[in-house]
Amino acid sequence: MADKNVRYLNPISIDTQKEKYCRFKKKGIKYIDYKDASFLLMLCNEQGKILPRRLTGTSLKYQRKVAQAIKKARHLALMPYVADNLR
Amino acid sequence: MNRYETVFIMTPVLSAEQVAETVEKYRAYLKDNGATIDHEESWGLRKLAYPIQKKSSGFYQLFEFEAEAPVILPFETEFRRDERIIRFLSTRMDKHHTVYAESRRNKSSQAPTAAPETAEEA
Repeated sequence: MADKNVRYLNPISIDTQKEKYCRFKKKGIKYIDYKDASFLLMLCNEQGKILPRRLTGTSLKYQRKVAQAIKKARHLALMPYVADNLR
Repeated sequence: MNRYETVFIMTPVLSAEQVAETVEKYRAYLKDNGATIDHEESWGLRKLAYPIQKKSSGFYQLFEFEAEAPVILPFETEFRRDERIIRFLSTRMDKHHTVYAESRRNKSSQAPTAAPETAEEA
């Protein structure tokens, strides 16, 4: 009888992990611009490091292009190589 | 013929005429070597993300042109010899890059306020 009316103080956290997707594939972006530093900063952590695929969900094909674009942007001093407290 | 995009940074110590003169030098160099310049952009004086040669800002200039591949190497040698240039990058444009560059150009020509905004962001 008792176990029929079990009530939880907090709702049970069910692991509903959000499906990851590649933003470039989804939006049909074919080319990643190294001149657009404000966009590339979204794919970096606050130290200016490139975020891994497992966090951003980017597909391998586009992760390679992202990495190239960020490295070009760094060379042209549009983005820092190392930083503190970006964002 | 390949399509290239070159961005270079000039030292901030130059005056406006010296900047124009430097840009004109490279424009003339490309034209003399049979290249056709399709687009150029001057981003003006921008802050650098980190100091280069103890300078914290620089004049950015972008060239988009079509040229034969052997032109690029001596063109970059010119940059290396020039004390006014502190950084440069040339990239060959693939088809996606070309499409993107055209859409970017149209966007910036439709909204002329877009260019100064990007300068402020840096």
